Amino acid sequence: MLSSQIKSNEIEFGSCNKDLLEEIISYGLVLGADFVEIFVENTDNASVLAEEDFITNVSPSFGRGAGIRIFKDKRDGFVSTNNLSKQGLMRSVSQAIEMLDITNKKNKKEFNGLNKHRDYRLSKKSWIDEIPTIHEISEKLLVSTKSLKKNNKIITRKGSYSRNLQEVIIASSDGTYASDIRLHQTVGLNVIASDAQYRSNGSRRFGSSGMPNEFRFWDHEKAANDVFESSMNMLYADYVEAGQMPVVLANKFGGVIFHEACGHLLETTQIERGTTPFENKLNEKIAHESVTAIDEGISEGSFGSLSVDDEGMEPEKSVLIKDGILKKFISDRAGELRTGHKRTGSGRRQNYSFAAASRMRNTFIAKGEHSKEDLINSINSGLYCKSMGGGSVGATGQFNFAVEEGYLIKNGKLTKPVKGATLIGEAKDVMPKISMCGNDLELAPGFCGSISGSVNVTVGQPHIKVDSITVGGR
Amino acid sequence: MNSKEITNQISKAANYLNLKKWDYGASFSNDYSVQVDKGEAKQLKASQKQILTIRVWNESNLVGITTTSDISETGIKKALNQANIASDFGNKNESTEFSPLAKDPIKVKEVKKRNPVGIKKLLTLLREAEVKLLESHESIKSVPYNGLSESFFERVYANSEGAYRSYTNSQAALYLYARAEEKNKKPRSSGSIKLGYGVDDLDIESCIKDASNQTISHLNYSSIKTDKYLICFSPESFLTMINAFSSMFNARSILDGVSLSKKDSIGEKLSTQALNIYDDGLHEKNISSSPFDGEGTPTKRLCLINKGRIENFIHSESTARIFKTIPTGHAGLGSKVSVSPDWIVVEKSEEIFDLKTSLDHSTYKGEFVYIQELNAIHAGVRSSQGSFSLPFDGWLYKNGAKISIESATVAGDIKYLLKNIVNIESNQEVTTSGISPHIWVDNLSITGDA
Repeated sequence: MLSSQIKSNEIEFGSCNKDLLEEIISYGLVLGADFVEIFVENTDNASVLAEEDFITNVSPSFGRGAGIRIFKDKRDGFVSTNNLSKQGLMRSVSQAIEMLDITNKKNKKEFNGLNKHRDYRLSKKSWIDEIPTIHEISEKLLVSTKSLKKNNKIITRKGSYSRNLQEVIIASSDGTYASDIRLHQTVGLNVIASDAQYRSNGSRRFGSSGMPNEFRFWDHEKAANDVFESSMNMLYADYVEAGQMPVVLANKFGGVIFHEACGHLLETTQIERGTTPFENKLNEKIAHESVTAIDEGISEGSFGSLSVDDEGMEPEKSVLIKDGILKKFISDRAGELRTGHKRTGSGRRQNYSFAAASRMRNTFIAKGEHSKEDLINSINSGLYCKSMGGGSVGATGQFNFAVEEGYLIKNGKLTKPVKGATLIGEAKDVMPKISMCGNDLELAPGFCGSISGSVNVTVGQPHIKVDSITVGGR
Repeated sequence: MNSKEITNQISKAANYLNLKKWDYGASFSNDYSVQVDKGEAKQLKASQKQILTIRVWNESNLVGITTTSDISETGIKKALNQANIASDFGNKNESTEFSPLAKDPIKVKEVKKRNPVGIKKLLTLLREAEVKLLESHESIKSVPYNGLSESFFERVYANSEGAYRSYTNSQAALYLYARAEEKNKKPRSSGSIKLGYGVDDLDIESCIKDASNQTISHLNYSSIKTDKYLICFSPESFLTMINAFSSMFNARSILDGVSLSKKDSIGEKLSTQALNIYDDGLHEKNISSSPFDGEGTPTKRLCLINKGRIENFIHSESTARIFKTIPTGHAGLGSKVSVSPDWIVVEKSEEIFDLKTSLDHSTYKGEFVYIQELNAIHAGVRSSQGSFSLPFDGWLYKNGAKISIESATVAGDIKYLLKNIVNIESNQEVTTSGISPHIWVDNLSITGDA
């Protein structure tokens, strides 16, 4: 049933856009689309940078745009635009239809209008008034950078804050109609320490979603101590000697390895490309029996949590690996259509200019029964990776990760700090070698860049032991 | 609104808000791209984007900035207002002004802007390319990463003192990344990318050939022993390294304390006298060249390393003022202005007495590692410390035979690397990020798992 009367000729945030959205969707279906999806967003962002004892950059930004996706059979056409008028949106629909070269105007499904509006914004509309002001943020960042000045070896001090407030409207021809407000805030501290020819870096980032007051409660002193200690510990560190060895990866951001090396290979986009070694391994053992891994979007306040994904589905908790057995893939609408794996509420995108894709949310290895000391004591000679830097995964699954803060393990004890280490391997080889999981699961926020842009995620794990891995060094 | 109308609109709104000093940068683009999967269209994409960044100076001459994609009358007013509010938090420690060169004449290369060919032609061409690549060798089973795109864009800079510049251009890109599989062996991947002003300028056949040859050349692979090796960097990999450590030439990074160089490093010897490095955004082979930077300063060729010594730093308006020089055309647009290189040109100078000229990657029979492409730059480079530890694609050459290296990293220090350059080959090759000959470096650490 279609609306015959158009109430507005432009998407208006905060108003009911049902009639206009239905008209746009109907237009796409009349032109022969099997499926039409409209994603509209309005953003209000800000970032602040403090360097040494000055605020050196305050950058607000705002914008509006829409992404329109048309499916015909298993193909899809995606058009993004800043023009939110009826005319602009219809032009985008026409363009997407034209791109798909649709000659068969017969639709696979009937459109019965949009469902009842699921409005996730109701409890979130006050956030914009609750978030800290630029003045508050600046004050706290300056106090934070001052806290980093603990000795004269610290030569640069930086504190940064960024806030992303995004209002979205999602409507599609299966009746999906939802609106949401998302708030993400991050704060980071960085130092460079220097003494004669020695140099080291220290950095930590913290983040939350949907918690407007979180920054006010952030313990900047504790964070500054942590960053300072890390930089001092690494200042005179020797380069690590390369080789094969057992390693213990710390909890929290140590989970980035699972995220990059294994998590991405469990996204249906990788099945579509034929680039995951796990494609036909459902219900088979792909990891050590001590490994259970989860991807979910529901932990309150976690950086990768969502009320609703960018395709209008509420996120679910997906047990990806249970006791070493592969149980599920992370799937979005296109993934379900092209690979048959059911959607998991994981259709995500950076903004309106990207089509949604299957992406991780809060992804972590579940806790085990060992203490951190148990893991370290079990190693005669190896490496403890206390803090991980970034990494990447190649098209055939090889990964590499920089170790930001590492210590040698000798006879079951931590010894001297070492720098320059890189962990190298392949997920399918390394997953069976995770032989011990600690009991100290913690999560850490991060940004993940992939096919649908950069999205907020959480990585996490307890301390874990990998029996053998290649450590790159000098 | 076109760029002239936007300038007028900003001027009018600024008057209304009593803002006397402002500038802006804007970009407008229309992009089209296609991907295919075994002959089928996978995702077809079109986007229309507009981004406006406005800076205003308040009565205390502090700068505030705002960026928006809403280029309506309301959006422009809101942006000016927000920038004005942000100016209360402007950097009191370092002032920003208009570039003194924002009205200087700019060198515009011959306009090579092309017309769109349309999604259907993009799709047809990419389908054909995929088929040819799959047919080029029996081991190539898929082309998991591929894309053909064309982009049409305009960039504008204007300020309240009457500077106005605009520039339009087009660009097309083709990338093909193939995956080869052989029984009882690990899958191997490699690819190729080609750029042009338009789709008709792309050398599609050579992209297919390069992607095929590169992928096949990695089928015969082996682990490498961890050790120190004589290395030959491909032009692409050497340029990647120079770009990753470009903070050595970056005045902003020097002032921020995150560079290996200091304010007084001009003249410092970094390398063999045979090495010259320039930044040349207007180079005829640079498809992405722009005649002016974010502050409206004209782009120009600048010598960074002359006969092994640091010759110049790249600057924005504010860093140039602090260093008592002139802006070099490498600025972004911000309240704190970023600085970055455009297009690196590596050359051999005439001072070649200390080079081992017998080292030539196509004829040398001794043992060496050829680094074709460096990966994971964001993770493996510590530019403020000078260290790197990077995975790479490449081959071990021994007795004239070559074998692909299965999985390995190269690690070291950029200053050590530059000091240990033992040869610079004569022929330069054009890449997507610059132009360079093959560069030989002795005694770098490689970690493998043999």
